[in-house]
Amino acid sequence: MKQLLLGNAAVARGAYEAGVCFVSSYPGTPSTEITEYIATYPAEEVYCEWAPNEKVAAEAAIGAAIGGGRAMSCCKHVGLNVMADPVFTDSYIGVNGGAVFCVADDPGMHSSQNEQDSRHYARAAKIPMLEPADSADCLNFTKLAFDLSEKFDTPVFVRLSTRVSHSQSLVEIGERENHPVKPYEKNIAKNVMMPAMAKGRHVIVEERTLALSDWAETATVNKIEDNGSKIGVITAGIAYEYAKEALGDKVNYFKLGMVWPLPAKKLADFAASCDKVYVIEELDPFIENECKALGIKVEGKELFTLLGEYTPTMIAKKILGTDAPASVAAEEVIPNRPPVLCPGCPHRGTFYVLKKLGLTVSGDIGCYTLGAVAPLASVDTTICMGASISAAHGMAKVQGAEFNKKLVSVIGDSTFMHSGITGLSDIVYNKGANTVIILDNSITGMTGHQENPTTGRTIRGEATRQVDLIALCRALGIEHISVCDPFDLKAFEKAVKEETERDDVSVIIAQRPCALLKSVKYDGLCEITDQCRKCKLCMKLGCPAISVDNAGTVHIDATQCNGCGLCIGVCPFGAIKKAGTKEDKNHG
Amino acid sequence: MADTKKIMIVGVGGQGTLLASRILGHAVIDMGYDVKVSEVHGMSQRGGSVVTYVKFGEKVHSPIIDRGEADIILAFELLEAYRALPYLKEGGRLIVNDQRINPMPVITGAAEYPENILDKLSEKVATTSVDALKLATEAGSIKSVNVVLIGLMAKSTDIPYDVWKKAVTETVPPKFLEVNLRAFDLGYNH
Repeated sequence: MKQLLLGNAAVARGAYEAGVCFVSSYPGTPSTEITEYIATYPAEEVYCEWAPNEKVAAEAAIGAAIGGGRAMSCCKHVGLNVMADPVFTDSYIGVNGGAVFCVADDPGMHSSQNEQDSRHYARAAKIPMLEPADSADCLNFTKLAFDLSEKFDTPVFVRLSTRVSHSQSLVEIGERENHPVKPYEKNIAKNVMMPAMAKGRHVIVEERTLALSDWAETATVNKIEDNGSKIGVITAGIAYEYAKEALGDKVNYFKLGMVWPLPAKKLADFAASCDKVYVIEELDPFIENECKALGIKVEGKELFTLLGEYTPTMIAKKILGTDAPASVAAEEVIPNRPPVLCPGCPHRGTFYVLKKLGLTVSGDIGCYTLGAVAPLASVDTTICMGASISAAHGMAKVQGAEFNKKLVSVIGDSTFMHSGITGLSDIVYNKGANTVIILDNSITGMTGHQENPTTGRTIRGEATRQVDLIALCRALGIEHISVCDPFDLKAFEKAVKEETERDDVSVIIAQRPCALLKSVKYDGLCEITDQCRKCKLCMKLGCPAISVDNAGTVHIDATQCNGCGLCIGVCPFGAIKKAGTKEDKNHG
Repeated sequence: MADTKKIMIVGVGGQGTLLASRILGHAVIDMGYDVKVSEVHGMSQRGGSVVTYVKFGEKVHSPIIDRGEADIILAFELLEAYRALPYLKEGGRLIVNDQRINPMPVITGAAEYPENILDKLSEKVATTSVDALKLATEAGSIKSVNVVLIGLMAKSTDIPYDVWKKAVTETVPPKFLEVNLRAFDLGYNH
């Protein structure tokens, strides 16, 4: 039966049909939905979980595979950096049950801090990598990945990109295959990677890459489409779909379903059959450089950019010289609409206070990265998961104690569990005096509400033990821990002032649930009364519901306000009041 | 593929554009077309500009729509309609919700919201506008703006009413079905 499936849903379906029995991941756009869809399959068939970070997730999956089950771990491109350590060594160990790592790149950086190309990891870790172009490929390639994994005794990467992960296309659904958990047998030469054993395994890894290269020569996923043209295009993944739309049957295609290792002979033969060969690939010249190293004459990045996403129009222009279709444009500047913290967001209170106090803010990855944009504009740095704490430690050590009194780290509850704990122990151990604010909004927000070790729920919504952040910080050696509601602006400001003044490390847990959680309901909506003196202090909150018209009158948009009331506390004239509800407005 | 239909849905994160594209996707599969729907998830959803592409026809390759290509642009907000204008093909139709949502640069005073967008759009391209918020309120929930707009757009396609109705029924949560069917009809009959 054909179904319209999101690429990520099709990966989940492929893994399910391949008999996957263990999936552990950490959420990250654009990969998150794979594991969420896995959780829609019966728990008796597939165990799945959110792990505290990608390294833990990959290690759990590796263990499950050593234990004989088909296992998978999914992450975004930067998540692969976090899981790289176990993955590189798992390449030597290989598998018992098949092991698949799905990694979703984000060309164009729709929701990421960099634009790295994960294919380099395949070559560096000597792990084969499949790259689907649409949802049907996603399902089929994921199934194939498990088979390849067991056949060649290797973990296998499935590389996605935002447009593949987040596009829906038609997929033929199949049945789940029966792959019972294989018996576990102790084998230290294969599973204990210390020098003596690893030396032996490295030999096998190199032989395996050669064997996979041979397999690639005849693999049906590496597909040639001969349209009788003298122009050849070598491509893979979403770039194939763009090329196909742009160039139709005017060129011959070599669609690589496996981007590592490459079929050297088949590529050389394809190139020899054409007068001119282009490599069309987003981001880095990965296939192109491999072709050039093999002595195959191709053109790639001479024509195409290293930056962002491609489009069919761009490809048609470069290869065929055709112009983009005519279009009409506005004759004036159109203001941007950057993402903002939602109405009612608990982080708004935090950043309002931090900005007011003029602090340097070492930021982290999550919704609260948006605290960097005007008018809150209080975040100074954003590097990677967990860096808010460790980077502030380094900053404080070089800038000194006085600077540190105007410096805080902000980190979400999920990000703190991911990789903030180790940074905090660095500060405690090495006599730092930083102030760390844990933004505890009771959920992993940015990626769309995933549970984490602090929420007390599993991925399947079952109640579970909950990490006690206070006890955890205390165990790390922190003596000054306060819990504060960031919407109680006065108390929160006082806490931040006190803790930053202190010559010792301290933690403030800013506690208020995400405004988008179903359990969060505020009574009534906020309304500006005639007491308003147009001082515009409320505008400093950067609430999308509050705006000023050309006459300088302040308005609160009833369709956007969620009644959180933060603005009421900010107004020095008591001019904002709670009025009717959205329901009243509906029938109003 | 000359016969591939290209529909672009634009709006502001949180307006429900995803559900609208899913209803549309459902309807076109029912018609037996090949289809691709490209969505936006993650950071840009937080009140930022959101764009969804829906393409259907005999065989669809690229999931995205380029400038000058869209047969229909369904805009949930005026400024987003204006921003998406270059994507409309010659002879295409722009369907726009007559609602203004100020983006943060306008709220902070760093930029100005263009005046009379609707008039400017109508001068340049074939434009249909609607106060979807009013119709959604009439239907029983301001959250059904997305379904009102899908209803209005449905009339500009060759897909029969019953197919649309089935798509709405199979896509929206059962709890809100009645409101959404009313919303669809109000848009369709506008």
